[in-house]
Amino acid sequence: MKNLNRLESGGRIDRSKSLSFSFNGKLYYGYEGDTLASAMLANGLHVIARSFKYHRPRGIIGSGVEDPTSLIELLGEEASGNNLCTNVKLKEGLKAKSINCWPSVDFDVGAVVQYFAKFIPAGFYYKTFKWPTWHLFEPFIRIAAGLASAPKEPPKKGHFESRNAHTDFLIIGAGPAGLLATLMAARSGAKVFLVDQNTEAGGSLLSLNLNINQKPAMAWVESTLKEIANMSNVTHLQNSTAWAYREHNLVIVNEREVENVSIIERSWRVRAKNIIIATGAIERSLVFPNNDRPGVMLASAVLTFVNRYSVKPSDNMVLFTNNDSVYSYIEDLKTAGINVLAIVDSRKHIASTVLANAQNVRVILNSIIRNVNGYKKVNSVVVQSLVDKELETISCDLLAHSGGWNPMVHLHSQSRGTVKFNDRIASFVPDQSIQNSISIGACNGTFTLNEIFNETKSLLCGVSAHSKPLVYEGKLECSKQSYSIEALWSIDLSKEKNKAFFDIQNDVTHDDIQLALTEGYSNIEHVKRYTTGGMGFDQGKTGNVNIIGMVAKEQGIGLDDVGTTTFRSPFVPVSFGSISGVREGSVVLPFRHTPITKWNLENGAFMYEAGARWRRPGYFPIEGESFQETVNRECHAVRTSVGVYDGSPLGKFELKGENVGEFLDLIYTNIISSLEPGNGRYGLMLTDDGLIFDDGVAFRIDKHRWFISTSSGHSDAVYQHMLKILAFDHPEWDVKITNITNQWNNATICGPLARKLLKKLGTDIDCDNGSFPFMTFREGHIADIPARIIRVSFTGELSFEINVSPRNMLALWERIIEDGAEFGILPVGSEASHVLRVEKGFLSLGHEVDGTVDPYDLGMAWLMSKKKIDYIGKRSVHLRRSLGRSRRELVGLLPNNPNDAIPEGAPITPDGKKVATEGFTTACVWSVVNERWVGLALLENGHIRHGEEACVRMKDKIIRAKITKPVFHDSDGILLRS
Amino acid sequence: MLLIHCPFCKNRNETEFVYGGPVGANRPDPNLVSDEEWVDYLTMVPNPMGPVYERWWHARGCDKWFIICRDTVTHEILENPSEEP
Repeated sequence: MKNLNRLESGGRIDRSKSLSFSFNGKLYYGYEGDTLASAMLANGLHVIARSFKYHRPRGIIGSGVEDPTSLIELLGEEASGNNLCTNVKLKEGLKAKSINCWPSVDFDVGAVVQYFAKFIPAGFYYKTFKWPTWHLFEPFIRIAAGLASAPKEPPKKGHFESRNAHTDFLIIGAGPAGLLATLMAARSGAKVFLVDQNTEAGGSLLSLNLNINQKPAMAWVESTLKEIANMSNVTHLQNSTAWAYREHNLVIVNEREVENVSIIERSWRVRAKNIIIATGAIERSLVFPNNDRPGVMLASAVLTFVNRYSVKPSDNMVLFTNNDSVYSYIEDLKTAGINVLAIVDSRKHIASTVLANAQNVRVILNSIIRNVNGYKKVNSVVVQSLVDKELETISCDLLAHSGGWNPMVHLHSQSRGTVKFNDRIASFVPDQSIQNSISIGACNGTFTLNEIFNETKSLLCGVSAHSKPLVYEGKLECSKQSYSIEALWSIDLSKEKNKAFFDIQNDVTHDDIQLALTEGYSNIEHVKRYTTGGMGFDQGKTGNVNIIGMVAKEQGIGLDDVGTTTFRSPFVPVSFGSISGVREGSVVLPFRHTPITKWNLENGAFMYEAGARWRRPGYFPIEGESFQETVNRECHAVRTSVGVYDGSPLGKFELKGENVGEFLDLIYTNIISSLEPGNGRYGLMLTDDGLIFDDGVAFRIDKHRWFISTSSGHSDAVYQHMLKILAFDHPEWDVKITNITNQWNNATICGPLARKLLKKLGTDIDCDNGSFPFMTFREGHIADIPARIIRVSFTGELSFEINVSPRNMLALWERIIEDGAEFGILPVGSEASHVLRVEKGFLSLGHEVDGTVDPYDLGMAWLMSKKKIDYIGKRSVHLRRSLGRSRRELVGLLPNNPNDAIPEGAPITPDGKKVATEGFTTACVWSVVNERWVGLALLENGHIRHGEEACVRMKDKIIRAKITKPVFHDSDGILLRS
Repeated sequence: MLLIHCPFCKNRNETEFVYGGPVGANRPDPNLVSDEEWVDYLTMVPNPMGPVYERWWHARGCDKWFIICRDTVTHEILENPSEEP
């Protein structure tokens, strides 16, 4: 297949491997080694995208990560949202489409926006927040300013992966500096990790025709790669971008094109003793009117497309520069058959050695580009002399420009290293390193090959991470290069009507920056936020320094005084998949199961997560039943015969040691230490600010051995709380805590027939009320299974919590269901448990206990020991009560209409008016014993308002309810003690 | 991500630890301090730009609570707990 703009020979593409791809539904061809961008240019495509705000047609500007425009959406198997086509490696069958345009990239209705540009100035959003209202503009802006849509389905093939790596040297960038550093480090025997974001190693040497030791520079690259390929201490990854430099020399690398095709992307977390940053430099744009037209490209990108991808993007081109670098491109451009019509240079003088590279090319010194003509493709440029302001129009199909080079100080800066402005190269370079890193080469502001090698040798000489210090003994003689620049942040744009872009990606123009400064947003961070200059996926890689330069110029200060905006990770956009790796869904936070999950599922349980990732049965529906009917049926069983639920998720801890009694007295509000073995007590745990932290029970096994149980959802927090107190407040205490949550499972049988069932199951424990009363436990056997039975109750009925080891849990459960059949036993899910506890007014964390209540608020002051001189939270509760402020207190709610349900969380206001709330509903359930809706609420001064009416304010109505005691069943607790 | 030195498990990634806040004053005897002193104890937490002692819990490791001194500007860990056998 012949490409329109492909050269006959040369480049780093494989002409024997033709690849087809589609763009906006049309079929094209490229070659192995192409990026999507180079293949598009080879096919003569020049309008790739529409701009973010004004929907102006945009083409390809850069050749790599710096490109500010060419975002596309990938479809099909490779589906992913926003990709720079300069970064997408061409593959057979690749499907791509333009974004942010309708109906097509060639004819985009949204482009009409640019005629209203003056109505959407910088800071437009912020202004609408103040007046008239953001909501007026939001729907329009959301549609107009979109990027690609996210894929609707998970990736069709493969998965993401993360890996850790530890190394002596992490070298970032496989350009000349990075490769020399790798050689030095590798030869010392140290462990080396080399990463490079490009498809192949070589960095700038891939595009520039330079010599090393009288041979083409790529020959040196290849011999270097060959040497390190054979070294077991070197890991070398291409297609791998170091995108975040974190604390303690941790760098996160995103590897694409992984050798194992089932891995879509791999995220490496590399912890290195030394980090060598050799990330190179990126060419800076120049700012002039219509500098965003398709056919206006960065000069270095043009050279890369010509030399590396063998693409001829132009027949007749003009160059615009303020520095020396473009002069060395002339020979290569001419060889490719490109007619270089002129070099427009803003400087008055250039060195004769530099000029010598541009023989037979018209060099127009002391001039600038005043305008670019052509809407979807450049057709001519207007050159203006800075001396007499004379204009000259030159017809051409491409304008390549270079505003100098920005060292990629991003990673250095992310590591908290400082940067300083360097006048010689008119850009920012690394200053102080904070972590153990060294910047070398172009990212350190060193641009010629000889200097890069010399600097690398001298900066790394003697550095050591392993044993042998680094050294380089070989000779490296390179082509002569020179570099000088005169800063040009922008041409003079006063009275200019055409748009001149500082940040092409975000459509930030000269006018926007001016407006921000005029309106007082002069700090560079404010300029960034007000104009959005330097935001977005390219983070201003080509344009940001110009904005800084412009702000400095306007304010008459130096660039160092303006400073840079903060360089944040990621250096380039990274897929969410890569960040999360395999840690998605249930893998990152696995569900916890009890041994009877399978039984639950087989018996029709509707399962869901109920706190702390426990997967529990919500209810056990039978066919034809409504949700409420199911829950009522389960509740009925408990209230009238017997039910059983799986209480295994309860937090359980065993405490041993001489000081456990003192310790429990400190963490619970009541006295625990006086318990006799075999007995237990319900207790509240507070935090030291006097608020309820958890509730649970504590039992004494023998003199120095206890166990406690906590809320399921809070057991990890309680564990942390207990260990912390022991570690820091009472290291002298002898208390050992073992988390036995997963060592003991329990089936809790509850209901008036629970004792009968227990006897039927067969037990060697005397389970009559007299010998086994409420709040005691016994050890023995049930159905021949060793068990610890605890008499606690969360339902208000007679309950036996039968604790067994996990291996016996299913057997016990099946026996209970089997033997309980004659009593009409039902398994009870968490929905019914919730109803039963609300009927009793028992607490639930996250409902009544929300981190703002103390025991008084819940009517549980009786649990606060008056005898103990101290326990955690005591002082603070009393201090707060002494202030005499009104509190929200726990009450019951009986809706006036018994069939009115109050939604959980619904606000209560005085008289139902639209005024500040005086409380809220914490729970509301259909009570099977009362045959009506009953609720609990936290209500201001609720304790003295029993009998009054509360008004629940809903969107469309007011629900009135009688305030009562927060208990609706067996208020004296006779049943649970029966 | 910090590299934290657990006295038991040596250098481990921050993701294995739970942050326990900066080390404030020791818990006073609540019966011997004034209201102001008690409230100060509860609320005045060191928050310096620079070195601070802070507590960490090796939750996904050995369960040990310990104290390190960390520079909040550079993240350099200036003092580690002494190692335990």
